[in-house]
Amino acid sequence: MGKTIFEKIWDGHLVEDLGAGTGLVLIDRVLLHERTGGVALESLVAAGRTVASPGQVFATMDHVVDTLPGRTDRTIMPTGTAFITATRAAARAAGITLFDLGDPRQGIVHVISPEQAIVLPGLTLVCPDSHTCSQGALGALAWGIGSSEAEHALATTTLRVKRPKTMRITIDGTLAPGVTPKDLALHLLARFGSSGAKGHVVEYAGAAVRALDVEGRLTLCNMATEFAAFSAIVAPDDTVFAYLEGRPYAPKGAMWAQAVAEWRMLASDADAAFDTEHRVDAADVVPMVTWGTSPQQAVPLGRVVPAFADLFGRDTAEAHARALDYMGLVEGETLVGAPIDAAFIGSCTNARLSDLRRAAAILKGRHVAAGVRAICVPGSGAVKAAAEAEGLDRIFLDAGFEWREPGCSMCFFAGGESFGAQERVITSTNRNFESRQGPGTRSHLASPETVAASAIAGRIAAPASLEQVA
Amino acid sequence: MTPFTTLTSIAVPLIRDNIDTDAIIPSREMKTVGKTGLADGLFAGWRYTEVGGRAPEPGFVLNDPAYAGAAILLGGANFGCGSSREHAAWALAEYGFRAVIAPSFNPIFRGNCVRNGIVPVELDAGAFADAPQPLTIDLSAQTIADADGKLAAFAIDAEAKAMLVGGLDAIDLTMRRAPRIAAFREADAVRRPWAYP
Repeated sequence: MGKTIFEKIWDGHLVEDLGAGTGLVLIDRVLLHERTGGVALESLVAAGRTVASPGQVFATMDHVVDTLPGRTDRTIMPTGTAFITATRAAARAAGITLFDLGDPRQGIVHVISPEQAIVLPGLTLVCPDSHTCSQGALGALAWGIGSSEAEHALATTTLRVKRPKTMRITIDGTLAPGVTPKDLALHLLARFGSSGAKGHVVEYAGAAVRALDVEGRLTLCNMATEFAAFSAIVAPDDTVFAYLEGRPYAPKGAMWAQAVAEWRMLASDADAAFDTEHRVDAADVVPMVTWGTSPQQAVPLGRVVPAFADLFGRDTAEAHARALDYMGLVEGETLVGAPIDAAFIGSCTNARLSDLRRAAAILKGRHVAAGVRAICVPGSGAVKAAAEAEGLDRIFLDAGFEWREPGCSMCFFAGGESFGAQERVITSTNRNFESRQGPGTRSHLASPETVAASAIAGRIAAPASLEQVA
Repeated sequence: MTPFTTLTSIAVPLIRDNIDTDAIIPSREMKTVGKTGLADGLFAGWRYTEVGGRAPEPGFVLNDPAYAGAAILLGGANFGCGSSREHAAWALAEYGFRAVIAPSFNPIFRGNCVRNGIVPVELDAGAFADAPQPLTIDLSAQTIADADGKLAAFAIDAEAKAMLVGGLDAIDLTMRRAPRIAAFREADAVRRPWAYP
């Protein structure tokens, strides 16, 4: 019997079988950010332990830092400065690499790790952040952990892991023009539910996935945590190798050739067996938007808010009613046309250069509707610099968008900046939970294109419809 | 960590699906770098009448005096989804919860519970909301009994159970294997030098 990619990486990292389905797994990379990483480093030291292999550990500032121009250690979040200074001090003391404020490499952890080639195919990578699954896009086994587990990985270079099950989702065919990886992620959530991949490593496969660039794969894998997956992974291929070659932490010279030869073996064997298999036709995927307070509560952009009776028991009646009430919507209402108060482009889901380019193509020569607050937060210093080099910042600014410094920003409300209560926000982020982007804020998840088109229209709008509303 | 043997307590029903860690501890309530001072922020968005305030919302179940001192929480499916923040488990533990019963858990949250002495019991919580209280959870036997002695069995993976029952520190356990880990790394660094920058 052949092996899946997951099994190949697992077997190669299994230091010891601890019995009862748990393995002691070697960890190649630990990433930290100031909100959950600082506490892990401090707690480690307080317990009298040290970081065992500092060269394999990297930290950044993304969650708490402000994203307004001219930012400093001071934050709008009332106690945010302490997170920044504590993480900086702990990182220095531990001798780990920190992408600090002011460093051109600083940015959202899941954006900068691929940019710097910290994540590589076949590595195990963990971070106390649920969206670490994004990085499976490069063929690594990357997953989110808690702070205590981060301490464990830092102290021992291993984790005790209950072996996950395997799932393959094969997406056949070609995504139609205008249909994005974000739409695919929301399609899968709507179809299989927010517990749909519970306990599984999801391998995304098929022609539609092969055709995605690395940034698109990162978006697709990003929302595996919304799917309750252990993680997601895509077999590394020439697209990935071409992306990584020459980046700062990628192997060089003869070692590069040796690594690529090894990485080419990281595909699931033809006779590998998965615990669960799904097939999806890419032609069935259309632009999506969420209507509720769980990412599974998503519908095609042209459809109405579904009636409970039409959902085949995906939610309880109580959860359905609660989501409608929170969002200020009724069953049967059309989402396209719902007036918005704000538009947000950013986050580890959709704040990479290709995302900004596609949004800018829609914004060019247009202006955000009166009364709509529109914000763009590039995912990293490198994304911001590249976007500015090709003039995207001017397009966003001329269209009436704010153009920010890199960070997680208003993907979530940390006590600082937020959107208002009952404000309707169209957002390129990953979570539409109650009060996620501000107390009482109503978040609709969508692709950057849909966010841009909606900002122009002043209401939820499909990018393709923009000619009619302009 | 305090070893978990048995727990007898009334159970608080908060049976909603997809209760996320933002709801358990809103980001704005994570005010310090440490692991403490979080109990006041537990379910803050639902528990208080206004953001940042501390006036209890009378309709929220944790504010019902009938449930004061409860150490068992009943939840809905996909409990603890969302952010990996361990603050959710720290806040629950500091508030006094030692067990959560829900039909399913987010995997990161479940691990965080185990690391902090909270037993994640994967069962339909609805039945326990109506059962005679208090409930008794026997982790060694993997059973829950209601006040009439009616038993339900639950599954938990062996590693999690051993950690909870023994009150064990996972890092200490793994540190005992340091020589084996060092030998593995040494051989691995020859095979995959790019993994060791």
